[in-house]
Amino acid sequence: MRRWWLVLSLCQLFVAATAAGAERHYREVAIADPYIDLHTGPGVGYPIFFVAERGEQIELLFRRTDWFKVRVPRGKEGWVHRDQLKTTLDPNGEEFNLPEPGLEDYAARRWEFGALYGDFGGANVIATYAAHSFSPNLSGEVWFSQSIGQFSDSTLWSMNIVHLMYPDKRISPYFTLGAGAITTHPKATLVATVDRTDSLALAGAGMRMYLSRRFVFRAEYKAHVVFTSRNDNEDIREWKAGVSFFF
Amino acid sequence: MEGRSVVLLLTLALAVTVLSGCGRDRLVRSDDSGQPPVIEPDVERREITVPKIRKSDFEVGIFAGDLSVEDFGVNTVTGLTLAYHLTDKFFLQLDAGQTKVGLTSFERLSGAAQLLTDAERDYSYYNVQVGYDILPGEGFFGKKRAWNTATYLIGGVGKTKFAGDDRFTLNLGAGIRVMPLNWLAIHADVGDQIFDIDLLGKAKTAHNLGAHVGVTFFF
Repeated sequence: MRRWWLVLSLCQLFVAATAAGAERHYREVAIADPYIDLHTGPGVGYPIFFVAERGEQIELLFRRTDWFKVRVPRGKEGWVHRDQLKTTLDPNGEEFNLPEPGLEDYAARRWEFGALYGDFGGANVIATYAAHSFSPNLSGEVWFSQSIGQFSDSTLWSMNIVHLMYPDKRISPYFTLGAGAITTHPKATLVATVDRTDSLALAGAGMRMYLSRRFVFRAEYKAHVVFTSRNDNEDIREWKAGVSFFF
Repeated sequence: MEGRSVVLLLTLALAVTVLSGCGRDRLVRSDDSGQPPVIEPDVERREITVPKIRKSDFEVGIFAGDLSVEDFGVNTVTGLTLAYHLTDKFFLQLDAGQTKVGLTSFERLSGAAQLLTDAERDYSYYNVQVGYDILPGEGFFGKKRAWNTATYLIGGVGKTKFAGDDRFTLNLGAGIRVMPLNWLAIHADVGDQIFDIDLLGKAKTAHNLGAHVGVTFFF
């Protein structure tokens, strides 16, 4: 019951915040092209229902992905794509320019978060990580992953140092070294089992590719050595791929 | 001719002022005496602040519905969703839900036999999914209202905790999003949660079909 109250109060807070936003001043631009198209929704599939002419001042209300909700002088509101706003003018008479994150921002990133999916010694693995860049080449990463296999599940966390070979290129290979711990839970249908936690070391290599805006694709291979309490250490090979975003 | 004489006069006046060095003193003295300066500077600096354009790419919400857990009947499921819209078509979605499963027909018929303990009947899951808006459109509510809609396909992977074990789960689904307001969306969706289970003696792939209704807020 308490949870529902929390959700309800969050909703109320949200509505209040939105209502407060209605009073604000919006950014204005003047149309420089012969006309711009207003769509009914934020996507190319939504029909064009209105055109605004050259010289008209339009207010930019808010933005969703690459689409801007705008208000034209006659009070009509619609969605305009970023590409059409590029040729509008701001009040100083200069071209309206919204800086979008690009390859330079990617090279200068500080923080990065991502999620990857793949195979961990025959089990499915879902992994998330947070990374901080110390220099363009060198970064530290903290990983948390859960793998679900036929006979056991495991939870793994590790701290890694990553060396990126070409930090300013769109595509670059990297190498990584790390250490961490793995907790293995055998399946409940197996009898007389106990959870166990072991430390591990890992080495790996991978490839990163800057996609667009704040997104990066990465794929990697890691070889883990689990220091078990048994006579032999356990080798686990992992490959996975996923998407990250950076700040 | 007249212009030249004015220039000459001014140059002379300037030279006298500079050479005598009294110009500066006089200015300072006039300040000291507390008399107001002859010309009050009336410059108001304009603070030019460019209003920021608010972004609204995230979507958070709650949902409720029915989930048919294979062999364990249809149960009410509730949960939370968080989505991030990458482009006008693609979005990433995290969702988590939970339910409590009922009895299998075997348990019901045999009377006393219980396959699972009460705690093992808790069914909870999380999913990481990618969605694609396949059919953007408009819905008409009455004569005057047109609401944006989108039909989307969604799929991804996740983890389901059920019968005491974590199960790797594949998700496939489709839904419709109706937007009465810029920041409010109503969802109706159906999906299939697929995982392998060997609880009832033989390993098999279980399909757990669900239907949900949800409300989300964009921010």
